[in-house]
Amino acid sequence: MTILVIAEHDNVQLKGATLNAVAAAAKIGGDVHVLVAGSGAQAVADQAAQIAGVAKVLLADAPQLADGLAENLAAQVLAVAQNYGHILFASTASGKNVAPRVAARLDVAQISDIIAVDSPDTFQRPIYAGNAIATVQSADAVKVITVRTTGFDPVAAQGGQAAVETLAAVADSGLTSFVGREVAKNDRPELTAAKIVVSGGRGMGSAENFKILDPLADKLGAALGASRAAVDAGYAPNDWQVGQTGKIVAPQLYVAIGISGAIQHLAGMKDSKVIVAINKDAEAPIFGVADYGLVADLFQAVPELVNAL
Amino acid sequence: MKVLVPVKRVVDYNVKVRVKSDQSGVDIANVKMSMNPFDEIAIEEATRLKEKGAASEVIAVSCGVAQCQETLRTAMAIGADRAVLVQTDADLQPLAVAKLLKAVVDKEQPRLVILGKQAIDDDANQTGQMLAALLDWPQATFASKVEIAGDTATVTREVDGGLETLSLKLPAIVTTDLRLNEPRYVTLPNIMKAKKKTLDTVTPEDLGVDVAPRLKTLKVSEPPARSAGITVPDVATLVEKLKNEAKVI
Repeated sequence: MTILVIAEHDNVQLKGATLNAVAAAAKIGGDVHVLVAGSGAQAVADQAAQIAGVAKVLLADAPQLADGLAENLAAQVLAVAQNYGHILFASTASGKNVAPRVAARLDVAQISDIIAVDSPDTFQRPIYAGNAIATVQSADAVKVITVRTTGFDPVAAQGGQAAVETLAAVADSGLTSFVGREVAKNDRPELTAAKIVVSGGRGMGSAENFKILDPLADKLGAALGASRAAVDAGYAPNDWQVGQTGKIVAPQLYVAIGISGAIQHLAGMKDSKVIVAINKDAEAPIFGVADYGLVADLFQAVPELVNAL
Repeated sequence: MKVLVPVKRVVDYNVKVRVKSDQSGVDIANVKMSMNPFDEIAIEEATRLKEKGAASEVIAVSCGVAQCQETLRTAMAIGADRAVLVQTDADLQPLAVAKLLKAVVDKEQPRLVILGKQAIDDDANQTGQMLAALLDWPQATFASKVEIAGDTATVTREVDGGLETLSLKLPAIVTTDLRLNEPRYVTLPNIMKAKKKTLDTVTPEDLGVDVAPRLKTLKVSEPPARSAGITVPDVATLVEKLKNEAKVI
């Protein structure tokens, strides 16, 4: 049985999520191949070849693959799909965009956001915003899967020696064209990969007030996150959103500040190793999942915390 | 142009579901059901396109049990002109729904289908993409802005790290993200008007679609519970605990 993992990258750098997807592939068992589809992406293929446990890297390099358009990327995966028993994507914006398109063309079900591999055909996945875990079995010939990255520890990025094989790129579908990209400026660690995450909620009160989290995040080397309420109120950019409809994180330490702890937020962070909540409302549901809770006004507690570190 | 909006009846987002003790599923008997929040955004967007003159007719469609009629009435109270219910008691998975929707699209010939990005019950995030694949139409998922001009849809999408904008040739599939719009409240007069709008019912057999589930759910279990935490009296204690007890800083 051979497993294909679709690499997540920006044509220059392989993204960490790929390592988590390879880890899930290793749990399924079998030769692991990685597909790098991009433009000018030789460097990414070289990085993929060094991932521990990867047997072969397939590189499809063409301008129409530059921006990860779902139509072209799905067609590229389908071009080699018949060689594989499992096709794995990281459960990122890109993976979620493309995987169902591949599955539907193969006429197979797609298994979303797996958090554990029970056997090569049986997987666990969260449903109802993480309030239940479903164990599902697939009878399909090809299993198309997205992997929740926080469910699997990444494999080593170094130590492998896979050969890189070049594939013919599929033709441009002509259905979609890429117009532009607005990347949020961020010098901090990436939210989904950070060891420590500091998040603010509606309790922050304003976008200005959100800045009091900066020194705390700097001291801790943490990524900044936000609840949906804070994002909807315009206090924080939307790619900071942690929750069922935002990013799923599982850092070593998650500090929730001025966040009440709605179901939708908990779905995105309750697998964190240690959760700290700072909230002035002692009844807030966030204290139900927090390892350490501090009932205090955040505008006093946060500066105090910065000084104490 | 016609716009088709699939909507799903799901457990209300405020309900905390309980897993059944025999692990066969979650207990949804007697809990409040509502329209999936992302689908409300989809209906709102279609209605706004109609109000701007970009769409001529908005058709809501739902697949599932007879009670999905209520969800369709809500969609019509928001602004859909008429509705189609594909009625079945079968357990519908995203691939089956995508095939049913393809059959409806083949019949109704819309130029745009707007779906929610995911349903908050199965959290699959698949149906829109699958429908796009089956129709061989372009897709723009996780949309936060949609503009229609002639035969082109320009869609801004929420992706990891920011936003990206795509240009799609119509007909096309769009799935909604939270920030696309704020759905309007349904007013009583509009609820009354919605009762008079047409709601057609068909079955999967009428559409010639096999809806047999592909994935077998072996069990549904409670997520592992977190051990109870403690409340600390002050910041100094918190820092001490994090350093010496949890050893995370």
